[in-house]
Amino acid sequence: MSSRDYILGRIRWSLGRGAMEREDDLSLVERLSQPKANLIPKRGSGTPKQQISLFVKMAKEVNATVSRLKSLDGVPRAVAKYLKDNDLGTAIRIAPHPDLENLDWSKLHTSFGPSAGDDLNGLVMAFAGVAETGSLALTSGAQSPTTLNFLPDNHMIVLKADDLVGDYEAVYARLRRESNSGDFMPRALNWVAGPSRTADIEQTLLLGAHGPRKLHILLVESDGPEG
Amino acid sequence: MKLNAHNFKENAKKALKDNDLQASLQKLGTGFPLKRLAAMERLPEFEDLRDQARDIKDHTLRHLDFYLEQFESRVVETGGKVHWARDIKDGRKIVYEICEAVGAKTITKGKSMIGEEMAINEYLEEKGLIPIETDLGEYIIQLRNEPPSHIIAPAIHLRKSHVEEAFRKTHTELPKDRNLDAPEDLLVEARTMLRKKFIAADVGITGANFMVAETGSTVIVTNEGNGDLTQTLPRIHIVLCSIEKVVPTLEDCTTLLRVLARSATGQEQSVYTTFSTGPRGETDPDGPDEFHVVILDNGRSRMLGHDTHDMLRCIRCSACINHCPVYQSVGGHAYGSIYPGPMGSVLTPALYGLEKSCDLPNASTMCGKCEEVCPVRIPIPKMLRSWRKKQWEDGPVPTMQRLAMTWWAWWALRPKLYHRVAGWKMRIMGFMGRKSGHIKAFPLKNGWTENRDFPAPEGKTFQQRWSEKGGRRT
Repeated sequence: MSSRDYILGRIRWSLGRGAMEREDDLSLVERLSQPKANLIPKRGSGTPKQQISLFVKMAKEVNATVSRLKSLDGVPRAVAKYLKDNDLGTAIRIAPHPDLENLDWSKLHTSFGPSAGDDLNGLVMAFAGVAETGSLALTSGAQSPTTLNFLPDNHMIVLKADDLVGDYEAVYARLRRESNSGDFMPRALNWVAGPSRTADIEQTLLLGAHGPRKLHILLVESDGPEG
Repeated sequence: MKLNAHNFKENAKKALKDNDLQASLQKLGTGFPLKRLAAMERLPEFEDLRDQARDIKDHTLRHLDFYLEQFESRVVETGGKVHWARDIKDGRKIVYEICEAVGAKTITKGKSMIGEEMAINEYLEEKGLIPIETDLGEYIIQLRNEPPSHIIAPAIHLRKSHVEEAFRKTHTELPKDRNLDAPEDLLVEARTMLRKKFIAADVGITGANFMVAETGSTVIVTNEGNGDLTQTLPRIHIVLCSIEKVVPTLEDCTTLLRVLARSATGQEQSVYTTFSTGPRGETDPDGPDEFHVVILDNGRSRMLGHDTHDMLRCIRCSACINHCPVYQSVGGHAYGSIYPGPMGSVLTPALYGLEKSCDLPNASTMCGKCEEVCPVRIPIPKMLRSWRKKQWEDGPVPTMQRLAMTWWAWWALRPKLYHRVAGWKMRIMGFMGRKSGHIKAFPLKNGWTENRDFPAPEGKTFQQRWSEKGGRRT
């Protein structure tokens, strides 16, 4: 008998039944194919304006910093300012996302693509942000290399306010909706809340463990060309 | 690790005299519990979320075969492989064979309790491979060649000086006169040394906090980012998990995540929560070429439907450990199992056999704090009691203890006599402590007064006072 059949058999034996009743099976299949949200905490369910201020507050609580911009065009300037203020040079590795590629990067030394581990600064585009906890959803793909989220010392993330929602459930609903197939999950879905940290030495909180030492969020509140 | 759970009493005595350990434990007792409390107070829905978390786990366990099969088929559909392991031996072999097939030499590892359960590092080392723990706490204890003392803070028993000593001994290529006084210095050194390992590794092994049946995803939560580097950079990603970690949908997983970090460290959520689904696709610029999930049983399927069934709800948050007065006094190593504290005292006998861990169900004051803080409301004291009962019925009880309990039972079954004799005892004890209100020593019962004075009763038993008041509260 294969280990698989042995384990599944033992489970059924312990639960005191043979194969699943057909009716039961159908209700379980439905539970999976039409997922329902459980209790969602109220705190994320405000107006867009309230969601933005909750998001910013929660993100800052976990040691992220936030710049609020009026348009995507302002991103290169805000990035340059952040790098200058923190004395981080002018080189930056950027995710090959069309929204980021099409910006005017003439003031900085940029390159696009995944990280091999020698980049000080990285910039990526968020798939979504969640007001409830101030966390960001980063979905892997051609336009969003996962290595950029963990290897560079300084992690910068652009989030469009339109992509900011109240809770995690809204992000899963959007993933399902936009993909319209069973395979809606990216290879890696990274939820990020603040820069990496550890408390493994005498329970002292230290930022910058193995992942980024800093997390800076560029929140773009309007996409309009006139800002 | 080798189970050393039959030496609890001796280990505990040693632990009480270990000043370094006591200093660490004191910090633990005020750290995590207060942070948890603050997080709870910020979330009015917390209690209701706990109920739902419990119900989700109960539902999944009732249909565990269905959800495991669904999970498996989703993993396969997304290009991954599922391996089933009946026991530790099976699991190790599977992991080694995957490594061998790709000619792996070095392996980075994220924190995994299933990895600890399988003692996978020792096994891979025996086979000539080099597994490297990357969670800072796990890295430190790997260098010191000792087991974890806590399920989420494995090096919590150590002081900074221990870490410095381990680093100086291992990182011999670094200058001898370097300064490692501050915790920051130690962190920077670990980060630098491990960065090279992450990039060079052939295989990355992580654990899984959850497996999602709906999508075939495995989920890890970390604060350091080591788990993500471990699973993103090498060519092969192996996930070690166990049968009870499966949940139906992303929504169910979210509910459990909402109670997990808050119960553990008081964080609203961990810094990184990662859902991994299959290997790298055609257009993916990075990620592993192969995605393997090893599902371990190791006795869990036997727990279903029996006395310790509810223990399978456990999401390994460590709240019961952090709040346990016994753990806070003796630390994790005293338990002699990789699963210490209240949850370990239920789980260890179930996984390894009661005869090998008979002290553990007794290493509890039955104060009930563990159940009170458990995010999935596991009735831990009830299960500890059921182990004690089994122990009594099946034999592994020391003779003196058995005699004493039989003697007590004889009295307890004769309530009138018992109450009268108890009344005499109260009067004698009240007399013994009439001056200070405390009793400094009992004849033949040194254990009770060795470390503290016994508060003297004021003369009457509860039963006597209750009947004097005619059985009323006022």
